[in-house]
Amino acid sequence: MSVIAAEKNISQDVATWITRNVQPSPIVRSMTDQAFSDFTRLGLPLHKTEEFKYTPITRLLEKNFNFSLDTATSELDPSRFFIKGMEANVLVFINGFFSAKHSSISSSEITILSLREALVKKPELISEHFAKYADHKTDALAAWNTASWSDGTFIHVPDNKIIEKPVLLYHINDTTNGQIIAITRNLFIVGKNSEVTVLEKFDSAGQASCFSNLVTECAVAENAGLNFYSIQNDSANHYNLKEIHQADNSRVNTFTFTLDGKLVRNNLHLVLDGEAIESHMYGLYLLKGDTLADNHTAVDHKKPNSFSNELYKGIMDENSKGVFNGKIYVRPNAQKTNAFQANKNILLTNSSTVNTKPQLEIWADDVKCSHGCTAGQLDEEALFYLQSRGIQKETARAMMLYAFAAELLQNIKQPVIREYLDKIIRARFNKEF
Amino acid sequence: MLTIKNLQAKIGDKQILNGINLNVKPGEVHAIMGPNGSGKSTLASVLAGREEYEVTQGDVEFLGKNLLELSPEDRAREGVFLAFQYPVEIPGVSTVNFMKTALNQIRKHRGQEALDAVSFLSLMKEKMKLVEIDQSLLNRALNEGFSGGEKKRNEIFQMAMLEPKLSILDETDSGLDIDALRIVANGVNKLRSKNNATIVVTHYQRLLDYIIPDFVHVLYKGKIVKSGGKELALELEAKGYDWIKDEVAVA
Repeated sequence: MSVIAAEKNISQDVATWITRNVQPSPIVRSMTDQAFSDFTRLGLPLHKTEEFKYTPITRLLEKNFNFSLDTATSELDPSRFFIKGMEANVLVFINGFFSAKHSSISSSEITILSLREALVKKPELISEHFAKYADHKTDALAAWNTASWSDGTFIHVPDNKIIEKPVLLYHINDTTNGQIIAITRNLFIVGKNSEVTVLEKFDSAGQASCFSNLVTECAVAENAGLNFYSIQNDSANHYNLKEIHQADNSRVNTFTFTLDGKLVRNNLHLVLDGEAIESHMYGLYLLKGDTLADNHTAVDHKKPNSFSNELYKGIMDENSKGVFNGKIYVRPNAQKTNAFQANKNILLTNSSTVNTKPQLEIWADDVKCSHGCTAGQLDEEALFYLQSRGIQKETARAMMLYAFAAELLQNIKQPVIREYLDKIIRARFNKEF
Repeated sequence: MLTIKNLQAKIGDKQILNGINLNVKPGEVHAIMGPNGSGKSTLASVLAGREEYEVTQGDVEFLGKNLLELSPEDRAREGVFLAFQYPVEIPGVSTVNFMKTALNQIRKHRGQEALDAVSFLSLMKEKMKLVEIDQSLLNRALNEGFSGGEKKRNEIFQMAMLEPKLSILDETDSGLDIDALRIVANGVNKLRSKNNATIVVTHYQRLLDYIIPDFVHVLYKGKIVKSGGKELALELEAKGYDWIKDEVAVA
C-alpha cells in the first residue's frame, strides 16, 4: 500500500519536473502536450508491471533523485572520453545539452544538427517524423522524454549518399556539482539508397546520482543502411529507447554494449515495415558489482520476405543482474519471414543472476523462426583441457571469457570501433596472451 | 621417471582404482589394456589432474616430484601430456593463439624466453608435417567442427609442440579409420626418444601394431592383473578378456 502511494508521489514529482523543463518549441507543441498528458495518465511503471518485473526503475528514481533540484552545470573537458584515431563527425552533449565548442561536423553532404537547431532549420522534416515512431502512449519514460527533452541529435541523410565518416555522439554527464537528469532526444532520417554509421557513447564523471533518458527515432528508407553502435561504460543510470522503422530492402545493424552502470534499461524496437529487409541486433553485456542491465528488444515483421537476426550475450560477475526479453512479432501477411534469436549467458558467481525470456508471437504460417537461450557457468571440461596444456587456470578462464565476448565483435565492420571494443574487453578479463 | 604406488581413486562414491602399481622409465612405451569400465581412462585422468577424481590412497612420483600435489597446468609444465579421448571444442579460441599461450607458459616455467612470432610459426610448420595437419585447420577455433580424425591429429600436433617427457594417449585410436590411425601412430613414433616415455591406453590391440609397446599391462577392476611384453596384447586380441577375468576369479 505504502509502495503504491510512494510510486504515485514520485510520478507527481516527475510531472512537476517536466512542467519546469518542458520543451518550449511551438513546432512540436502538440506532441509535447500530448506526451505530458500521457505521462500524467500513465505514471512511472509500477513495481508489478510485467515489462519492468526485474528492473525497479521507479524505486531507483524515488530513492536517488530530488526532483525539485535543477540539473547541475559542468566545466568538464570531454576530450578524454573520445575514441582516438577515427575520422568522424563529432557531437558532444554535456548533461543533456549540446556543446558546440567541443563538437565538429565536417561531412557536407548530410545534415547534422542539434535537435534544437533542427526545429528552426528543418521544421518540415521535424513535423513529418518527430514523435511518430516512439510510443509515448503506453511508455511513460518515452512520454517523459517527448515532453521535456533538452537537446539531441538530428541527422538527415538525403537520398543516394553513402556517408563514409561515422557520426559520433558523446553523451557525457558530470555530476561533480550535483545530480543530473539528462533527457535527450535523437532523430535520424536515412534517405533512399543511402547509408550512415552512428556511434553513441555514454560517459560520466562525479559521484552524485545521474539518470539519462535518451530516445532515438530512426526512419530508414528504401534500400538504405544504418549501422548504430551504442557503448555504455559508465556508472550512471540509463533508460535508452531506440525505435527504428525500416522500409523495403533496407539494412540495419545495431550493436548494444553495456559494460558498466547502476541500472540500465535498453529498449530496442525494430519495425520491419517493408519487404526484403535485413536486420541484425547484436548485444553484449559484461556486468560486475551491483549493475543491473535489462535489454528489452522487439522486432516486428509486418510484411513478407524479411530477415531478422538477434544475438545477445552476457557475462555476469559479482552481484550483477542481467535481464533479456526478446520479442518477435510476425504479422499475418508477413509470410516467408526468417527470424532468429539467441541469448547466451555466463554466470561467474552464485550471487549473480540472469532472467531471460524469448517471446515469439507468430500469426503467419509460412515462416522460419527460431530462438534459444542459455545460462550457465564456464565449461569445466574446456577449462581442464586448456590447463592440461600448461595454461594457468586464470589465463584459461580469461581466454574463454574473452572468446565468448569477442564473438560479437566479429560482426563489426569498422576496424577502429572493433579495436576499441576489443581493447576494453581484453582489459576487463586481464587478457595477457 | 614415473612411479605409481598403490594408487586408489574414486569419483563420487564409486571406487574405480583399487591399488595401481606401475613403473615407467625414460624411453619406454607402456600399453594399458583392459575391458570397458576397468579404470583405464580414470588412470589417465588422475595422472593429468582431473579434479572430479579423488585420490584416496597411494603415491605418484614424477621426476622426483609428488605429481598428485601439482595443479593440472603444473603437471603439464613439468612434462606430462594427456592426449584426450574426447578433445574439447572451444569456440572463439584459435588453435594458433592457444598453442602459443600454452607453449610460452611452459617455456616460462622452464626458465626459457617466450618465442617470438617468427620462431613460433616456423616451429609450428615443422610440427605440422609430423601429423600431416593443415594450416587452415589450425587457423580455426580449437577443435570446433573438426572431424574425429582431425581432433586426434590435433592432439598429437599439440604433443609435438609441447615436447612432453611423459605422454599419455587415452584411447587415441577410438573413432579413427585405418589411414588416420597410421598418421597418428606415425606421429607418435617420430616423437619417441630415449628421454621420453609413452603410456598408451587402449581397448584394442590395433593401435599397438603401429606403436610397438615394451610392456603391456592388463587393467581389470581397478588393478593391474597381468603384465607382459607386446605378445600379451596379441594374446588378448586372439582370446578376448574373459580368460583374464577367469584367472582373476580363480586367484
